Amino acid sequence: MALGLEAQLGDSVFTTRLDEAINWGRQYSLWPMVFGTACCAIEFMSTAASQHDISRYGAEVVRFSPRQADLILVCGTISYKQAPILKRIYEQMPEPKWVISMGACASSGGMYENYCTVQGIDTIIPVDVYISGCPPRPEAVLDALMKIQEQIKGETLLKDRHKDFRGILD
Amino acid sequence: MSISCATGKRTVSDPEVGLPSATGIWDSAHWAEREVFDQYGIRFNGHPDLRRILNHWQFQGHPLRKDYPIRNGQVCLETDSMEKEIRARLHVKGYDDDTISDINTEIMFLNLGPSHPATHGAIRILTALDGETILANVNEIGYLHRGFEKTAETLTYNQVIPLTDRLNYCSALMNNIAYVKAIEKWLGIEVTDRTQFMRVILSEFFRVQDHLVCIAANLVDMGGLTNYWYLYNEKEASYDFISRLTGARLTSTFTRIGGMYRDFHEGWEAELETQIQAIERGVSDSLKLILKNRIVHDRTQGVCILPKDVALAYGYTGPCLRASGVPFDLRKDAPYYHYDLFDFEVPIGSVGDIYDRIMIRFEEIFQSISIIRQAMKMIPDGPIFVDNPLVVLPPKDKVYNNIEGLANHFKLIFEGVHVPAGEWYDSFEAANGELGFYCVSDGSGRPYKIKVRPPCFYIMGGFHEMVEGAMVADAVINLGSLNIIGGELDR
Repeated sequence: MALGLEAQLGDSVFTTRLDEAINWGRQYSLWPMVFGTACCAIEFMSTAASQHDISRYGAEVVRFSPRQADLILVCGTISYKQAPILKRIYEQMPEPKWVISMGACASSGGMYENYCTVQGIDTIIPVDVYISGCPPRPEAVLDALMKIQEQIKGETLLKDRHKDFRGILD
Repeated sequence: MSISCATGKRTVSDPEVGLPSATGIWDSAHWAEREVFDQYGIRFNGHPDLRRILNHWQFQGHPLRKDYPIRNGQVCLETDSMEKEIRARLHVKGYDDDTISDINTEIMFLNLGPSHPATHGAIRILTALDGETILANVNEIGYLHRGFEKTAETLTYNQVIPLTDRLNYCSALMNNIAYVKAIEKWLGIEVTDRTQFMRVILSEFFRVQDHLVCIAANLVDMGGLTNYWYLYNEKEASYDFISRLTGARLTSTFTRIGGMYRDFHEGWEAELETQIQAIERGVSDSLKLILKNRIVHDRTQGVCILPKDVALAYGYTGPCLRASGVPFDLRKDAPYYHYDLFDFEVPIGSVGDIYDRIMIRFEEIFQSISIIRQAMKMIPDGPIFVDNPLVVLPPKDKVYNNIEGLANHFKLIFEGVHVPAGEWYDSFEAANGELGFYCVSDGSGRPYKIKVRPPCFYIMGGFHEMVEGAMVADAVINLGSLNIIGGELDR
């Protein structure tokens, strides 16, 4: 039973918390920026193509400009040469923004434990969801997307995210 | 026409004194020598622009030297501005400093990449523009340098196979085959007939896959998104066959030294036939959209022409070389795996423009399908592994039930396949061109050195020759038509 103001409004007006309304919008209209560097980007292509169809989750508006995106998918190995670029791209994205680290390389360096490969992008930018696999299947990418959506549901506008993050390039 | 490859070897007494540069003879030496300088610290006297290429500019030391610790990573704090290089290139093209800075003729510098949708990966294309016309162009690669060659030195020969998957990841299985073919050559192993035919069928199938991705992405760059669905859906569908066969969609690791991971599964012929029919349908649909399409013609014909001699000077191979009119294909010129038995054409371009490069890939898809059909008829029954306990793992019932089998298994896994000491080169016609492996063995189970000769590296080395004088938009689709794959470009 509705209480207070809602009881007065009856069935004509639907009220909710601002957080919930905005989070609902954010969840189902994520615009991904695909930072594709290697093999994982090919599997992202599969995720976007007809069979797996990422648009079922409202995330098909792939933007290659970080300024128009709120979800960055790091698909592939990040080398030390690439790292400052990744950081710059991440910083160019407006808040709020989420990060998916796709595949073994992005998450931990993967099979490349050597002089040129960053051992996990979480040493450079904050990561929200990691996907395992080399490369992960498209289903795993969709699963990560749903996890991000789930996470967004519980967030609030009043709190800034990741302001205290410091990586190796900071 | 036959092209003979001369291999020369020079010893360097002092890396600081170095060697005379070969840039005056071959244009391909520009990047090749930079790579040697970067990785080994050997100087090339007379090289116009000797600086690092794969590692970043703040890197200290030379990673492929044996005294460089493999895990010694070095952080790069900022990207190289490359202003000096683009100005030098402008001077080469005949623009002096006054023209560059004069208000009326001021030149604009524009970066395409490293993070740009058109680069299909991470390549940095720095252009100097007059309006939309590219006056000068320099490129930076190495953003996906993953240390293949250094890592391979720490692994046994069979353990390197998963690394080769990730060279050209659009046609992973072809790299597997090229690599084991190189090792088997030095071991003196001739794989069984069934394996040879399997390798032919699978290489051609993956050549088709590679071309599908290349053309699909190139046409998306041109604005033809429908083609992407037509072509990519068929690639997606063929993952069903590939994953049933290899257990993975993309990174197959399907070969072993002396054979294949396993034989075809039951009913593979019908499945493969269904897949290639679907591919033919998808490709034909796409061709209907572009063959008589005025926009495609205007954007590709006569654009970014690469003359024959320039292509040869830069070390081009594969479809990009053939588009420039050079009929060089290792499957015809140095046949392996019974390629001389198959009836197929090597399509040749007449102009060397973007149109030729796209159309050659379309035609190669049909030729590869024809080879697959012929090979499916000819493939004999029989074992897939050679009978050689020094190379091939014993069957599991021997490993579990007798001590010789167990010891054999243990030695092969722990020590690897012992390859006789020496050095050799072997090459393979991969989807993008000649994929070669230059190996040095010290007689142990792990390679002492492996150098990959990736087709993309040399193709990208000549990129500026095509785009200087063209428009920015042409550079985008030209890059797509070359099919630069970061994994093998930077290794």
